[in-house]
Amino acid sequence: RSFPERSESHLIFVGLQKIKEDVPSKNKKSQFVSISKNYRSVIRACMEELQQNAGKRHMTHIVSILLAIELIWNLCEVLFIDAAPAGSLLLHLLDWVRLHKSDVDARAREVLQSDSPAHHQSYWDVVISLVLQGRVDEARQVLSKQASLRAESSSVFKRMDVLLHTMPIFNPTGTQTLTEFDVKWRHWHEECDRCLQDNTFASNRHLETICKILVGDEDTILEQKELLSTWYHFLVTRLLFTHPTIKPPDLHYYAQSSMSMFLGLRASPEPLDIILLSAFEFDLHQVIKDCSIALNNWWFVAHLTDLLDHCKLLQSHNLHFGSNLREFLVLEYASGLFTHHSLWQLAVDYFDHCPEFGRVYLELQIERVPLDTERKAIKVLRICEDRQMSEQVRSICKIMAKRALRNNRLGSALSWSIRAKDAAFATLISERFLQDYCNKGSFTDLDLLDNLGPAMLLSDRLTFLGKYREFHRLYGENRFSEAAKLLLSLMTAKIAPRSLWMTLLTDALPLLEQKEVKTQTTHALQSHFTLDEDIESTKTELLRLALARNLAMAIVKEGTIET
Amino acid sequence: MFVAKSIAADHKDLIHDVSYDFHGRRMATCSSDQSVKVWDKGDDGEWHCTASWKTHSGSVWRVTWAHPEFGQVLASCSFDRTAAVWEEIVGESNDKQRGQSHWIKRTTLVDSRTSVTDVKFAPKHMGLMLTTCSADGVVRIYEAPDVMNLSQWSLQHEISCKLSCSCISWNPSSSRAHPPMIAVGSDDSNVTYSGKVQIYEYNENTRKYAKAETLMTVTDPVHDIAFAPNLGRSFHVLAIATKDVRIFKLIPMRRESANSSGPTKFEVQVMAQFDSHNSQVWRVSWNITSTLLASSGDDGCVRLWKANYMDNWKCTGILRGDGSPVNGSGHAAALSAVGVPAAAQMVVGAASAGRKKAQLMPG
Repeated sequence: RSFPERSESHLIFVGLQKIKEDVPSKNKKSQFVSISKNYRSVIRACMEELQQNAGKRHMTHIVSILLAIELIWNLCEVLFIDAAPAGSLLLHLLDWVRLHKSDVDARAREVLQSDSPAHHQSYWDVVISLVLQGRVDEARQVLSKQASLRAESSSVFKRMDVLLHTMPIFNPTGTQTLTEFDVKWRHWHEECDRCLQDNTFASNRHLETICKILVGDEDTILEQKELLSTWYHFLVTRLLFTHPTIKPPDLHYYAQSSMSMFLGLRASPEPLDIILLSAFEFDLHQVIKDCSIALNNWWFVAHLTDLLDHCKLLQSHNLHFGSNLREFLVLEYASGLFTHHSLWQLAVDYFDHCPEFGRVYLELQIERVPLDTERKAIKVLRICEDRQMSEQVRSICKIMAKRALRNNRLGSALSWSIRAKDAAFATLISERFLQDYCNKGSFTDLDLLDNLGPAMLLSDRLTFLGKYREFHRLYGENRFSEAAKLLLSLMTAKIAPRSLWMTLLTDALPLLEQKEVKTQTTHALQSHFTLDEDIESTKTELLRLALARNLAMAIVKEGTIET
Repeated sequence: MFVAKSIAADHKDLIHDVSYDFHGRRMATCSSDQSVKVWDKGDDGEWHCTASWKTHSGSVWRVTWAHPEFGQVLASCSFDRTAAVWEEIVGESNDKQRGQSHWIKRTTLVDSRTSVTDVKFAPKHMGLMLTTCSADGVVRIYEAPDVMNLSQWSLQHEISCKLSCSCISWNPSSSRAHPPMIAVGSDDSNVTYSGKVQIYEYNENTRKYAKAETLMTVTDPVHDIAFAPNLGRSFHVLAIATKDVRIFKLIPMRRESANSSGPTKFEVQVMAQFDSHNSQVWRVSWNITSTLLASSGDDGCVRLWKANYMDNWKCTGILRGDGSPVNGSGHAAALSAVGVPAAAQMVVGAASAGRKKAQLMPG
């Protein structure tokens, strides 16, 4: 399964962390609402993708979890993030219900597109469903199909049409205050009640039912259980027709009673119901806790809690609790990401935004990322280097160096040792290079050796290796006096390893025969070799002879030129 | 969510230990058939046995990996009173094609006069150090002074624990605030020395290990012990497999004076105790971030334990091994070993079935 929602939500998360503290809270609120909507669209996109692949049993299970998650998130957005005041609150709740009960639209379409809508078996179900959702204009539209048929009863339908048409809906952006709206609504409510008392709709039981709903008769609304299908739909409908100016703190009274009334005595609430109830009770802690347990989905609780924390909603509890809970959940989510072969890179950003334990979690987990390829190792290294995780850098480079050495890739091993700043290992590998040279007569990895630069100074042996290669290069380019001077400086600096002195002598000999090599240099080289005591004595003798001969030649030549 | 997968290990006798390498891509198993097997996880996600060889002349009790900074190195310990260090050598190209690799013995440690019951490498910041414990109650700490030469090990410390030892665990913390610390568990039935877990700490001045603490409340035989990864906390967390699962918190107490010598004193608290296995618990193993503890027991189950943000520990999952009922005694546990390098995967060696091994991965 690909995880597009992981990378999308990762982007949203990172964007959220960047919202500055000093932005005025009013602007921030709209930003937070927007972010909340972005997260929800990620959930919906995921659901749509899964539903397209529907048919597999465990997919439907996942889809139902996602539905629950979106439902809860949406409610949290309405109640906590948008935090709508009385008036708007009910409108938002209506939107929430409408969004999660979308079968009404399908049925309405089916009815309206049929040959004779008024005679369709679902006709009245559709009308009532629309009324229950407060979609009065659409209800009127469907009702008009009926009215045109029965001329004699058209006055009754006209009456209902008027009731529906005049139902006051609060306009948050308008000039009307909540109090003014309330007055208007009560007038309308009384009007509906009068119709019932006058038996206006006695001739049509459906219209009578609708009128009772408009009046807010709880028993009648409850009778529409099948059309409502959930207790929270019942709650919102109930509020719409009895208490449209409901204030947030008063919600929980109605929520609890709605749930009890709807479920009745036999049915017991499911985990989802409990979570929604906790939300209506504005008990955020309970919502998060129950979601963590019931939904087994760290993605959801981590991102939602993080957003709520940014809205400063978790701080109403004691100070440590809030940030610890958010960080705990984000760490948990990110740790899960880390086990994935490609998503682990997303996890890094999450850890970066966990001030208390993020760094140590990242340190512990990143060094366990399998270093399958050099490319992957470099990716991991960059992350560590960017964060000054020097011990992890050293360790990863060491592991790569060791692995390269085992596979006899000396150049790679050396590069990694240099990157690890591991002088001891660099020394060891330099010695292997030199051994190889002694055995084969040539160097490998010339590119690397020629371009060591200041890294050469990491260890004496490495410096020698670099310089010795340079010596060979100069020699190859026939720059003999420079080569000789370099060789001399190597001997003077005493960084030539003992094991190589014979080799160096052998290298020096042909040099001494070169014309450009000055007498002075030759003298100095000779004195170095003669002062040495460790070389086998016969060899020493031979060399002394050879050197003496060369020196003699040089003197003769110089002498010849002078005279 | 976990998905169980079974791998036929083809050991000819009980499997006593299973160990992941540092990156979770290699695995080693050891058995009463005296051999060790190494398994590699291929690109296909399947485990392939890439080496199998006789390591000892007795049951092999434990096998453990060195940190990859030291190369591909394993250590094993056995009833034959020895511990051994093995290194993988890069083989011929046709070996590679066949997917086989060779391991050669670098050294045998023969100091113990009794069965060597556990072998562990010390944390890498201490260098290349190997620790063994034996049935005669001696813990030995060896060091390889030249990490490139695995044949040379010198015995640096011998700690006499007075009780038959069954398991050891190093505190992985590399913080300078914590001196090196090792926990030793005992399965001795001796009642005189009733505390079956001892903590030893290294003293910079005396250059020796001294006993810092004995967990007196652990009176039953201890089968496994594991320090949790440290996370920069000032206190230490230690899990113990005994007749139940126990998690201890060790809080170092402030020294009275700056010059006071002697090991650190600890306040010991029980963080959690679980008897859900309702039988002997054989192994405990932490994940990388110490947020998850796995335990295996004679009830044939692996249980996962997790703390919430309020530090309350709860069981977060139960996994059955091969599902066969447990019978027999001693080490014939249905699930004898657990290795949890990450929350991602966990490996369990099924000893009673003898041959099979179940691998459990997140679904």
